[in-house]
Amino acid sequence: MASKKSDRISWRGDVTKPLRLRLRGLGLTLPPLVWLTLLMTIPCLTLVALAMATRGQYGDVIWQFTGNNFRRLIGYSFFGWSADNFYVLFRSLWMAAITTIICVALAYPLTFHVVTRPPRTRVFWLILIIIPFWTNVVVRTYAWLLVLGPNLPPARLAAFFGLIPEGAALYPGQFAVYLGMVSTFLPFMALPLYASVERLNWDLLEAARDLYASRFQVFTKAILPQTKPGLAVGIIVTFVPAMAMFVVTDILGGAKFMLIGNLIQQQFTQARNWPYGAALSLALMVMTLISMAIFRRRSGLRNLS
Amino acid sequence: MDKKRPLVALVAILSLALLYIPSIAVAIFSVNNSRYGLAWRGFTLDWYKLLLQNEYIHQATINSLILAVVSTIASTILGTALALGLDRYPWPKTLHRFFDISINIPIVVPDIIMAVSLTLAFSFLRVITPIFELSLITLIIGHVTFQISFVTLVVRSRLASLNQETDEAARDLFASDFYLFRRVTLPLITPGVLAGAMLAFTLSLDDFIISFFTHGPDSVTLPIFIYASIKRGLTPEIHALSTLMLLFTVVLVVIAERLSRKF
Amino acid sequence: MTSQIDFVDRGLLVREVSKNFGPTAVLNVVNLDVRQGEFFTLLGPSGCGKTTLLRIIAGLELPDTGKVFLDGQDITPLPASKRQINTVFQSYALFPHLNTYENVAFGLKARRFSHQDVAERVGRYLEMLSLGDLEKRYPHQLSGGQKQRVALARALVNEPQILLLDEPMSALDAHLRARVQADLRRLQRELGTTFIMVTHDQEEAMMISDHLAVMNDGQVLQIGPPRDVYTKPTNQFVAEFLGATNILSAVRHGDRVMTGLGDFMMQHPPDWVKGSLTIRPEHIEVERPDAFGANRVKAQVCETLYSGAALDLLLEPEPLPNLDPDFPIKPGQVKVRTYTHDHIDRGEYVNLYFPPSHLVALNDKPI
Repeated sequence: MASKKSDRISWRGDVTKPLRLRLRGLGLTLPPLVWLTLLMTIPCLTLVALAMATRGQYGDVIWQFTGNNFRRLIGYSFFGWSADNFYVLFRSLWMAAITTIICVALAYPLTFHVVTRPPRTRVFWLILIIIPFWTNVVVRTYAWLLVLGPNLPPARLAAFFGLIPEGAALYPGQFAVYLGMVSTFLPFMALPLYASVERLNWDLLEAARDLYASRFQVFTKAILPQTKPGLAVGIIVTFVPAMAMFVVTDILGGAKFMLIGNLIQQQFTQARNWPYGAALSLALMVMTLISMAIFRRRSGLRNLS
Repeated sequence: MDKKRPLVALVAILSLALLYIPSIAVAIFSVNNSRYGLAWRGFTLDWYKLLLQNEYIHQATINSLILAVVSTIASTILGTALALGLDRYPWPKTLHRFFDISINIPIVVPDIIMAVSLTLAFSFLRVITPIFELSLITLIIGHVTFQISFVTLVVRSRLASLNQETDEAARDLFASDFYLFRRVTLPLITPGVLAGAMLAFTLSLDDFIISFFTHGPDSVTLPIFIYASIKRGLTPEIHALSTLMLLFTVVLVVIAERLSRKF
Repeated sequence: MTSQIDFVDRGLLVREVSKNFGPTAVLNVVNLDVRQGEFFTLLGPSGCGKTTLLRIIAGLELPDTGKVFLDGQDITPLPASKRQINTVFQSYALFPHLNTYENVAFGLKARRFSHQDVAERVGRYLEMLSLGDLEKRYPHQLSGGQKQRVALARALVNEPQILLLDEPMSALDAHLRARVQADLRRLQRELGTTFIMVTHDQEEAMMISDHLAVMNDGQVLQIGPPRDVYTKPTNQFVAEFLGATNILSAVRHGDRVMTGLGDFMMQHPPDWVKGSLTIRPEHIEVERPDAFGANRVKAQVCETLYSGAALDLLLEPEPLPNLDPDFPIKPGQVKVRTYTHDHIDRGEYVNLYFPPSHLVALNDKPI
């Protein structure tokens, strides 16, 4: 029996015209999408164009396209090639890496300790870890200015050992920056890791302890594989933002300790060199995408969310 | 596991100390009767009193709150709409992927790049209309831009746990489009929407970098105010302010934890 | 050119319905008649399309071709929300944010019944399904059986023309199943509503239905009352799906039929020349080895299984003396179920009698 092919479809239990469905869907998604595209996606793409523009005399943008900024990125400036920029890029990566490693080293004992507490206490510990996570980074960072200030115990101790002159503070300097970074990012590492540690199979762990002689082997063969997902998330949410961090280095690091984030911020404020800032931002984007690609492949994670 | 491992416990406690010593120091100095310098000179609440009289801080606090509330409302509506639209309607695969990428950008990309993009966007849009001069409005717009993704993420994960059969059962029971939305979909996603809103709210209150790039001269938020003070010279009022902010965070976290137990 | 459509006054008609999901044909030109007030079952293995057919009747899926008529009216273009048909889903699909009362009241409230009407009806149906004390409970506080009753009440309270049930017993414990089967039957008879149930359990289908339709691979193979479908299956799939059976290849010579077991007389000889016969294990009679006569086969007992109510035997028939080498038949083993003997030794020889009235010719073509 011939039957007219109807123009309707069934969708989630309703029978309706596909066009009507599409219109509804568009009505819901278009406003947010337009917002995002206008204020985020397009500007991000424009960064590429901006990076190739030039800075005018008074800090405005001249849309004359040149590769100058990219050359400056890799070191070629007015005075010929210098390694300064490389140092900045390298320092950003190095600092992020060290911070991540220290955070991992601290997060494992921390999460193990918490997971072995009785349930009541566990919640308490988790709240303690979550609170700094939600505290403003500016507040948390400047607080170190107090702790590391001159004539306080930590600074006094360092002076006693001759590490710093008498009456000086422990900042600005590498030590202060690392302290700031680790204390900022430890919750970022610990919380995802905790989610994995919570799901650990303790019986497997016991078996591994019997099997392997050294603690290190127990860690690499039993704990590490099982906690990989949480560890991967923790590394990504620590390493990537750490690379781009500028608050901590700005407050605790001083002029000698610039990271790429500080450089970028400079271009958009004092130096008023937007094109160069765009080029730096692109470089940071590339670094971000590469690190994420590496970590995702290493951990076999396909979906970050 | 009942083996007590002292080394692990020690490291754990040291880690916590690392996290809290600064905050405790701020709290201590907020009641230290000494304007400059770091020597202890007795307990006082003067700085809190001064804090409450400080006009600039009032303004900054109001700005932060207005910003957080308005941006949360806007981003929750937009983010929920986006999540519903994405999840509940048939899209071709490539379009779907485009949506996913657009939504994930703010989450994945470092704050500073978002801030730079927003600055760029505003400088272009400023040519069209003066709304985009740096002000509270650009602050709000900037915050909403990154909040939408987080809200969408949370609501979407909630939507994913809902069954298509539930919708079908409602249809089988004579529900119209509106009735289905009002009586089934909305109540079921409300926990997710609220969670997304809370996330957006906290992200906004806490934000520094994006605010730094998108605020105008008279739309300073609390984190920016504190940052400026660090450059100008710290006063104990700032310590008092920070301590209050810390306490506020503590209260928020505890409330959030209690609420999450209920769901 | 439309085929014969009898516009029956009351009942459901499915005409020439086909449905494809991508390249797979899930339903292939299905025709069905369900009379008003009967308990009708769609029976078949997983993947045969029965659930899809149910969803098309419910209005949750659109058929690619074909139409569905209810009481003479073409309901094919109507969405589920406009059909006087309600469904009990396999997973019950209760609204998790509503309690029992609100779940049951949902369909009435959606149609804007007045407060009093809702209260009265819901109360009545909650009572009918013994859900009175569970009114305020939420789905996560209910057991599987309770959830099922809520799902039933929620559908029946709307007093639909037809109630659809998707594998209602599959999520229940075995001992609960028998009770629920009886309850469903009683409920259906009391209410007089047409019930259409989908299941893969043939025992359940036979016990509970007025009519059943056996489906496989998107096609309806046979429709009829359980007794007919069981004793007179039209093809091999139906015969084997409804229970254990013996399949014999056969060649007809006039009135008689030649099988691998020998020559048989049949009460209803087939039309075809080459085909298959079937006979149920419980219809073959076990006799002493010295009995003789037509339709008798000598066989040796290979296996026995005593299940209290019956004795199941697996027998190897004696090889026939002059078997035509071109004969396309291998005898194979015979399954017999006897209620009259409780013990036969393995290796014993018995005579099997194949009553002519119980040998059924198969068509191996769907209707």
